[in-house]
Amino acid sequence: MKSYHAQRRLSLGFRYLLLIFLAVLWLVPIVWIVLASFSANDTGFVSTYWPKEFTLQNYIGIFTSEQFPFVYWIRNTLMVSIISTILSTFVTICVAYTLSRLRFRLRKPFLQIALVLGMFPGFMAMIALYYILKSFNMLNLGGLILVYVGGAGLGFYIAKGFFDTIPVAIDEAAVMDGATKWQVFWHIGLPMSRPIIVYTALTAFIAPWIDFIFSGIILSASGDSKTYTIAYGLYNMLHSTRGASTTYFTQFIAGCVIIAIPITVLFVIMQKFYVNGITAGADKG
Amino acid sequence: MFKRKSKHQPPTATYREVWANGDASFKLSFFFMGLAQLKHKQWAKGIAFLGLELAFLAWFIFSGISLLGMLSDLGTIKSKKVVFDASQGVYVTKLPDNSVVILLFGVMSVILLVTMLGLYLANLRSVRTLYVQLRDGEHVPTNREDLHSLLDSRLHATLMMIPIIGIVAFTILPTLYMISMAFTNYDGKHPIGFSWTGFKAFGNVLTGDLAGTFFPVLGWTLVWAVAATATTFFFGVLLAMLIESKGIKHKGFWRTIFVIVYAVPQFVSLLMMAQFLDLQGPLNNLLMNWHLISSPINFIGASANPMVARITVIVVNMWIGIPVSMLVSTAIIQNLPQDQIEAARMDGANALQVFRTITFPQILFVMSPALIQQFIGNINNFNVIYLLTGGYPMNNNYNGAGDTDLLVTWLYNLVFGQTQRYNASAVLGILIFILSATFSLIAYRRTNAFKEG
Repeated sequence: MKSYHAQRRLSLGFRYLLLIFLAVLWLVPIVWIVLASFSANDTGFVSTYWPKEFTLQNYIGIFTSEQFPFVYWIRNTLMVSIISTILSTFVTICVAYTLSRLRFRLRKPFLQIALVLGMFPGFMAMIALYYILKSFNMLNLGGLILVYVGGAGLGFYIAKGFFDTIPVAIDEAAVMDGATKWQVFWHIGLPMSRPIIVYTALTAFIAPWIDFIFSGIILSASGDSKTYTIAYGLYNMLHSTRGASTTYFTQFIAGCVIIAIPITVLFVIMQKFYVNGITAGADKG
Repeated sequence: MFKRKSKHQPPTATYREVWANGDASFKLSFFFMGLAQLKHKQWAKGIAFLGLELAFLAWFIFSGISLLGMLSDLGTIKSKKVVFDASQGVYVTKLPDNSVVILLFGVMSVILLVTMLGLYLANLRSVRTLYVQLRDGEHVPTNREDLHSLLDSRLHATLMMIPIIGIVAFTILPTLYMISMAFTNYDGKHPIGFSWTGFKAFGNVLTGDLAGTFFPVLGWTLVWAVAATATTFFFGVLLAMLIESKGIKHKGFWRTIFVIVYAVPQFVSLLMMAQFLDLQGPLNNLLMNWHLISSPINFIGASANPMVARITVIVVNMWIGIPVSMLVSTAIIQNLPQDQIEAARMDGANALQVFRTITFPQILFVMSPALIQQFIGNINNFNVIYLLTGGYPMNNNYNGAGDTDLLVTWLYNLVFGQTQRYNASAVLGILIFILSATFSLIAYRRTNAFKEG
């Protein structure tokens, strides 16, 4: 009996060791990014793991930089993401609810078209979006918001999956009592779908902070770095500074860390909602 | 299926009957939408239909016709030229017509035309319903009832209205536009005025000057997609089982550690990873200090060994992808039926056997649709390649692509890089679509077979 316990403990110890080893392996590059943001370095490269000298200058530098208006980037991104969150969540939830709970003639064709459209690589549409926005003089933050909201209608799959798990009997009972479909949607559907609304909103909120491609194509046209969003601003900053003998590279890292922390926290929160959603669905079989 | 269909009443009147027996307003409705509704006091419907038709006609006459007309040759002047203007007696420079804009507005016009056709059909249907209601002496919905139905029986129309406009403007229009671009000669040599050239651009990619790049890149894309999907899935499941195994405490904490890596914005984590793996980067420094290597390894630089770079890309992708698979398979593992596993344990199966014959197949079964999605996602995995290697190492045999470039990053290079082969990039987009669609179709049929079996 004792040997069994010993074996158990050995196995547990081994598993803990493995887990700790993996966790360290996974975090080594992340910790390095944070360390590098504090390193005093003006070579344009960070070539050591542990900085030779620590400094806060990078953080001060990024906030006071003339060439890279970091505060403007944050303000722009915040504006874009707040407006886009409200509109995109509304659009996504409307589409998901309609496709999940309402039955109408064009429902099947719509689902099929959405499936087909989703298989085209997103980049294909980029040149076209550029010209569309250009011909309407919308190569600015407003155009960027429109692109995000316009794409939200096809991102309904997860929310639809959630609505599918709510029993239809609830709706039917309400209809029996004389509720219109709108009342069912407003007073029953929406309150019950709070987790998925939070999830959808968080997804929409995070998108502008991490998207450097669309924002780059749309915003680079103006050439005014004060109109950039954070992701494109930082990406652009790196491209003009990597390898160059400047202090900007470490400032870039500092900027990345400032943005990455809140986004990472939001993302971890969002994932909890996502996993809970999946589990809730699985429970009901 | 059948139950739903029976709800749609079969038309109790043909359009021919409406035309023959309806009064003048019905006959006129075939030309001027909404007149019949207006006559029978369905103001909202009638005004909407009539107003839309008038607006459409005004647009069509004043700009639609010319826009559609120009679509046939994408502008007559293809390149800048100087012509003698006899009326003024001077030479004038004629700038080429901007085919990009002509094509864009042409596609828009086609979409408007199709939308109008749909509205016309909706009008006919509405007129027919009205006719039947009047003929059979049924209740004709009042204006108020019509509007109210938008919140009840026709709620779907209300809720879908704005999203559909967004989808048409920002997804369907660009996609159609790019598809049509694949049939032109829009490239660096014809940057402003281009024309229709049929399947020539397809020929260039499949057999012409780009074929020598296309097929190797396609091969690597498939290898990459298989390797990336398989490694992240397999090790993700293992990691999930390790965290979920008996005796491990603070499971949420461990999961969070791994999710952090995935949660950091990719343009931060991957760009910095590229720096981390650089020839002069910290990883090479560390390895040299520990005397594991004598000279720095060129993981992903411009002159790296292609094989090393490709393996590096797959490994770095595991760093980001395993946490995702771990999260998804955690949810599945928590819901796995335990009785089979316990029965196997009773019969003396060890942990490895249980995993190989019970747990893993079950997870694979539940996750197969998600796996196919991941596979297609990996075919289109722009970020990892673009941010990490930028397509490097260079390959002189390729046209505008490097050894680690996928079809999507190559597509991007063809547009925004030096080569400027816009039509070829559109062709690539279509080919990627065909690739994704094929795999989805196979997967769909297989999962259906599973369900029946």
